[in-house]
Amino acid sequence: MSAAATTEKQQTLVIRPPSGFSGIGLGDLWRFRELLLFLTWRDIKVRYKQTLLGAAWAVLQPFLTMIVFTVVINHIGRVHTPIPYPLFALSTLALWYYFSNGVNLTSASLVGSAPLITKVYFPRVSVVLSPILAGLVDFCLAFLLVAGAMAYYGFGPPLQALLVPLFVVLAGFMALGLGLVLSALNVSYRDIRYAVPFVLQLWLWATPVAYPGSAVPARFQLLYKLNPMTGVVEGYRWALLGSGHVHALNLGVSIGTALVLLVGGALYFARAERAFADVI
Amino acid sequence: MSSDLAIEAQGLGKRYVLGERGRTPLRRNREEIWALRDATFRVERGRAVGVVGHNGAGKTTLLKILSRITVPTTGEARIRGSVGSLLEVGTGFHPELSGRDNVYLNGAMLGMRRREIKAKFDEIVAFAEVERFIDTPVKRYSSGMYVRLAFAVAAHLEPDILIVDEVLAVGDASFQRKCLGKMGEVSSEGRTVLFVSHNMAAIRSLTSKALWLDHGRIAADGTTADVVSEYLASTIDQEVSGVVDLSENASRQTVGKFTAQRVRFTSVSLLDADDRPVLAFGEETPLRVDMRFDVRTPVRFLELYVRVKTIDGQRLFTSFGGQLESTVEPGRYRTLCEIPENPLRPGRYAIELVARAADPEDIVPTALTFAVEAGHLEEENLRYVTRADGVIRVPSSWSALEPDDAPTGTLGDAARRVPARGS
Repeated sequence: MSAAATTEKQQTLVIRPPSGFSGIGLGDLWRFRELLLFLTWRDIKVRYKQTLLGAAWAVLQPFLTMIVFTVVINHIGRVHTPIPYPLFALSTLALWYYFSNGVNLTSASLVGSAPLITKVYFPRVSVVLSPILAGLVDFCLAFLLVAGAMAYYGFGPPLQALLVPLFVVLAGFMALGLGLVLSALNVSYRDIRYAVPFVLQLWLWATPVAYPGSAVPARFQLLYKLNPMTGVVEGYRWALLGSGHVHALNLGVSIGTALVLLVGGALYFARAERAFADVI
Repeated sequence: MSSDLAIEAQGLGKRYVLGERGRTPLRRNREEIWALRDATFRVERGRAVGVVGHNGAGKTTLLKILSRITVPTTGEARIRGSVGSLLEVGTGFHPELSGRDNVYLNGAMLGMRRREIKAKFDEIVAFAEVERFIDTPVKRYSSGMYVRLAFAVAAHLEPDILIVDEVLAVGDASFQRKCLGKMGEVSSEGRTVLFVSHNMAAIRSLTSKALWLDHGRIAADGTTADVVSEYLASTIDQEVSGVVDLSENASRQTVGKFTAQRVRFTSVSLLDADDRPVLAFGEETPLRVDMRFDVRTPVRFLELYVRVKTIDGQRLFTSFGGQLESTVEPGRYRTLCEIPENPLRPGRYAIELVARAADPEDIVPTALTFAVEAGHLEEENLRYVTRADGVIRVPSSWSALEPDDAPTGTLGDAARRVPARGS
């Protein structure tokens, strides 16, 4: 290493006991941006290693669920949708799986990375972020299936389909905000590990993924509107298929919740982070 | 504050709260322990500093604070320059990924840039000697290959300050030597190194200054030679009288459930010609080890060994007392092991005691340490043959020089034997 490089790096790092608010470490996250990319790339690469079907799993999950939904909800439950039910369910399932896999993987991420956390310094938030980023690849694969279904049913994308990425990002932010809180809680209380998959399952039924919002009875409308995933899912479906409406209230609840979760999650995470290596 | 300091620590402390978290959310009746207390020290730029101490003395806690893995409870540390820490080899290695992928992942984790890793990639792979397997998932690697690759990545880190925990105790002996060589290179390049190890020989050869941590506090801070000998001296609870009580010896090993059951050493001493205990003696004096032990239940085929080692733990020789065919009944016993020709050159040594009866009964790795002082034989010799040339003296004789006109291997009748002195 040349002398010039050494003097250039003469930053002084001060290590002292944490007191009060000390930032959420965005600077460090930027400095370690390559690590974040490597972790994301590892998550993508490792996910379907040594599986027979490989990346097909990303497509099979929403596809098989769609078939079950079509039989149970469309045929037996007689829920009617303005567009062909398989397409209706498949499109939103792709987004839902992105969100729910994201919450699942992020909440387990810190504990899963315990050997790293106790042995090396890096911005801990990278391991929470990487499953959300890696999940986008799965989403894109599933989305190809959705595009195929749209072609099959003769659905051309409307102009507002350009807004689809925004709704995907909103779902990602929601998952990240939850992931920040849950992953940090999971470090101290492993109860989270059991609660998350269960709650997500209930949440799927409370969200208009398998049925249109119009099918919700009047007495459940308030609960339905307060569900922050309602706006995301309905907005996404409206953008992609031009079906249904976007209610400003729903969308507002979604965006507001995502922001509160992100900021609150980041603050909580930054505070909890100090003790990770000692508690994990 | 001088800018020639790479690390400046002021009153660093770390408190841990014992007790299982989650079970008792209310913080009460929790026992607290200070893993590190009031650590104040400075490390000059370009200096290699060793950190020694018993297990649990706070060495790793100190390194974890300095490498920002955990936060201190008290105090402050100022660090000038980039820090690379190596608390474990292979941190972040993923078994499913190939060697190549892991080099990049692990490098990034240790703070290397992609560009940097790319530039050093071939060198890393060559150092690890895994060229043929670089695209194989590391789960198919032998443990030796795995460790070599992991260390190779770390060895190519180029931070201003390198923090290394006991990681050299991995791999086979030849690779360990290679790692030590690499570490030596690093410290001679003028980089600041903080190095924790239980291998005193490595500490001595790689560092010039050392810190000794004892129960979380800095017990000594000075030149490596001083600190290491002070630390080693403390590891033996030696009484001034020269008779060492072994009932509570800290170095005693518990190998399986068999040790220290039926036979247990109680004390050991070195005796001079008049049967008086001594801790140091001249080189010509015979080595006489007086050991006492308790037998708790009848033992057959008892074997006793006295092993002489350097202070760094290198075994020099072992004297075997033979196997006792007859049953030894419970009681207190003593025996004297006498080595009439003391072959040790001046320096400090340790004695290990072993009792076996098919299975190990008692092993005391550092039962006692003693010094051999230079007598007239060695005073002369030491000018030519240093301790680095070897610590054992064997009797030898050299013939006088004569013209080499006879066929090889036959010495003329005129060859007069000239007694030589030592070595």
